Amino acid sequence: MNETRKTQLLEKLLPPVVALLVAIVVGDFLILTFGQSPAAVYRLLLEGTWGNAYGIGQVLYKATTLTFTGLAVALGIRAGLFNIGGEGQLAAGGFVAALIGLALPAATPAIFGILLCTIGAAAGGGAVGAVPGWLRARFGAHEVITTIMLNFVVLALLGWVVSAKIHVPESLHTPEIRTGAVTRLSDIMPVFHGSAANLTLLVALATAGAVSWYLFKTRRGYELRAVGLQPDAAEYGGVDVAGVRWRALAISGALAGMGGINFVLGYKRYYEEGFATGAGFLGIAVALVGGNSPLGIVIAALLFATLSQGGLAVNALVPKQMVDVLQAVVILAVATAVPAVRHSIRASAKSVARSLVRKTPLDAPTPEVGK
Amino acid sequence: MSAARVPDVSATPVAVRMTGIVKTFGETIANRGASLEVKRGEIHALVGENGAGKSTLMRILSGMYAADAGSMEVETASGELRDVTGWNTAEAIDAGVGMVHQHFMLVPPLTVAENVVLGREPKRGVTIDRRAAEQSVADLSARSGLVVPPTAKVADLSVGEAQRVEILKALYRGAKILILDEPTAVLSPPEVTQLWDVLRKLRADGGTIILITHKLDEVMDVSDAITVMRAGETVARLRTSETTPRDIARAMVGRDVALALDAAGTAAPSGAAAPNGAPLLELRSVRVDSPRRARVVNDVSLTVAAGEIVGIAGVEGNGQTELIEAIAGLTPLSGGEIRIAGADASRLTVRGRGDAGLSHVPEDRHRRGLVLDYSIADNLILGQQHRFARRAQLDVARIDEHARRRVAEFDIRPANPQLPARALSGGNQQKIVIAREMGRDFQVLLAAQPTRGVDVGAIEFIHDRLRRARSEGKAVLLVSADLAEVLALSDRIAVMYGGKIVTVLPRSEASAEVLGPYMTGAAGVAMRGAGAA
Repeated sequence: MNETRKTQLLEKLLPPVVALLVAIVVGDFLILTFGQSPAAVYRLLLEGTWGNAYGIGQVLYKATTLTFTGLAVALGIRAGLFNIGGEGQLAAGGFVAALIGLALPAATPAIFGILLCTIGAAAGGGAVGAVPGWLRARFGAHEVITTIMLNFVVLALLGWVVSAKIHVPESLHTPEIRTGAVTRLSDIMPVFHGSAANLTLLVALATAGAVSWYLFKTRRGYELRAVGLQPDAAEYGGVDVAGVRWRALAISGALAGMGGINFVLGYKRYYEEGFATGAGFLGIAVALVGGNSPLGIVIAALLFATLSQGGLAVNALVPKQMVDVLQAVVILAVATAVPAVRHSIRASAKSVARSLVRKTPLDAPTPEVGK
Repeated sequence: MSAARVPDVSATPVAVRMTGIVKTFGETIANRGASLEVKRGEIHALVGENGAGKSTLMRILSGMYAADAGSMEVETASGELRDVTGWNTAEAIDAGVGMVHQHFMLVPPLTVAENVVLGREPKRGVTIDRRAAEQSVADLSARSGLVVPPTAKVADLSVGEAQRVEILKALYRGAKILILDEPTAVLSPPEVTQLWDVLRKLRADGGTIILITHKLDEVMDVSDAITVMRAGETVARLRTSETTPRDIARAMVGRDVALALDAAGTAAPSGAAAPNGAPLLELRSVRVDSPRRARVVNDVSLTVAAGEIVGIAGVEGNGQTELIEAIAGLTPLSGGEIRIAGADASRLTVRGRGDAGLSHVPEDRHRRGLVLDYSIADNLILGQQHRFARRAQLDVARIDEHARRRVAEFDIRPANPQLPARALSGGNQQKIVIAREMGRDFQVLLAAQPTRGVDVGAIEFIHDRLRRARSEGKAVLLVSADLAEVLALSDRIAVMYGGKIVTVLPRSEASAEVLGPYMTGAAGVAMRGAGAA
């Protein structure tokens, strides 16, 4: 029993580690082609991220958004659904949070303001996620198509509303919210001065915990995972499969939408067009590397945030895009390493099995019964 | 009679010899040093329980799989043995080894002739010479006794006819050694008899036949020699004329077994002879339309009373699956009414019917009955998850306690409730389903193919539980493709053909001979119309 658990753990941990190693090796070659020393570049990358309080703050800030979008993708995948609509859901969540922050009277107690804005962000993202959910349940329209197309619709719509109705002149953002601002890390610990990190990261951690609880401890989570693994068996088990899919996409959208508060409530305190471009899509990579488990997603979000912040830090030596390439290599390596690693682990188990077989001589005569 | 055919066994040349075959799939070992020796011109039965590695061994022989270790030799046209270890399917076909699979590999919209010549079409210029194809198929058909109209579309054929097309295909490719993988699973009793005639004819023409089966009556009926496999190994080689079903069963299982089913009909159910309990399951003019076929279930009315097992016999694909799914709430009714324990359940959800007292052992445990990646404990609450929750949260302590009790009571092995269901053998997986559906409070049990793919020991256990449910006053509706099983367990037997119930007989009046004509549609009123629908 212990042995199988060890194998399972190995199967989970090895792919991201192998992927990271592959990315580092590929990175070495890239850096060499720019005539730089890999050691120097990697040192700079680490110093610019984990080497000082500002860097750490920026990594934490970016990891916060990625945790939300990663959780959104993972919850979908657990239900057997691929939500690629994170971009639009994230933007919609941020926008609704900003609207509520603008609409509430300035005297609203901070805790209520934050709560209402966060609920609004979840509702905004959830509404965007619910549309493909409904289309899937009602018409069987595939969510990969509908979620990705909805990104364009939502972003264009928000762009029009902001620029036509509520933007501050000469800018692409709304006025500052009147309530709902989340405390920045630098307000508590001045050493983080200048970084965008804020207490939304606690909300992200709590959300990761809540998603974990929902998936693995509740009846609805049990049913959701059953639908993702074997929809026919779930149906047999009395689960409303279409309803679960619908709900899962709505919740997935709500999780992505909550990511919007990191920027809107915690950092700039207004909604700005394109505030999180790419974070929705990067959530897919975070979920993949994190193995669709909430804890894994938090760690993977930190990894991708480090790479993304590190890109800025190494810009003096190599182009920032080199780090984008590294991110892509990590994703590709995980995507290939997952089956490859699993296969090699199974193969070693197989050779063990075969050696067991060989203990019984192959050419031993078969008994002749009934003679 | 078979003894007379092969008087001097040692003198007959060997057609196939496999030694020390090892084949693993991931962590499963399908063959561990299996061996097989088949003489030319014999019908050789390869028997063993499900999962014994018979099909794997034959797929290796036909070139579909390569063995991890071991060697094999096949007789060439000139009569000597050639080492063919690790060959591929094309080489096997060229050497005259053909396999008829359990699941047919035919192209339904093409005609019989087109299917048979597929891949080796007679050509006229660049086009297929259709007439020549049809002619050669007709000739082959006449020679072998495999009667099928060459110009009919395969989609319009019955399962038995489709199987004949598969055999014709192998013969057209020049098969001298024909492998049949459980060919009778889809056939009615008269079709089985016809198949045996064809095989004997092929043998008389010098063909060698390897028949994979786990039905002992078939082995005794048609084979000359027997190889028994157990757990991936060859455990016995027998001459059919010198052995008994009991010896074969003992070799298959490795111990003595109560052969409740060996002679269908002799083991009549004891007790509960005249069930006079209240009707617990009532079907009134139930109709089901599937997206592909209207009236898959056509006007079925049937009642199952408390303390009664009603068995539905019939060749697979005559609406049994759809009927069971409709009763369970998985397929919508097009008409009629279903009553469970006296109340109308026609509009209830799956869960609603479960709460009304319906339990369901589905025919496909891998697709329906289990979430294979869930633990045994989690699978044991599937369908009952709302009873194991406190508000939103699952009651893990109760789930674990429930799992420990069920695993012990139903002897599920290995007895670790945290293992994924996928890791268990077929028999133990089925025990999870049985434990879940029969371990709870229920009134009506739908048991669809409850012992399919299950080893003999587990079959005894499952039959015992079904009988116990009857004596506890439950209503059991049993569907099985295995006529012997239906006869051994049921108080009344209904036969389904073409979506209708063509007859219902008390056990005392039913036997394979009586039921056979109903199963093929040769008896019963509405067969013509139903067959065309």
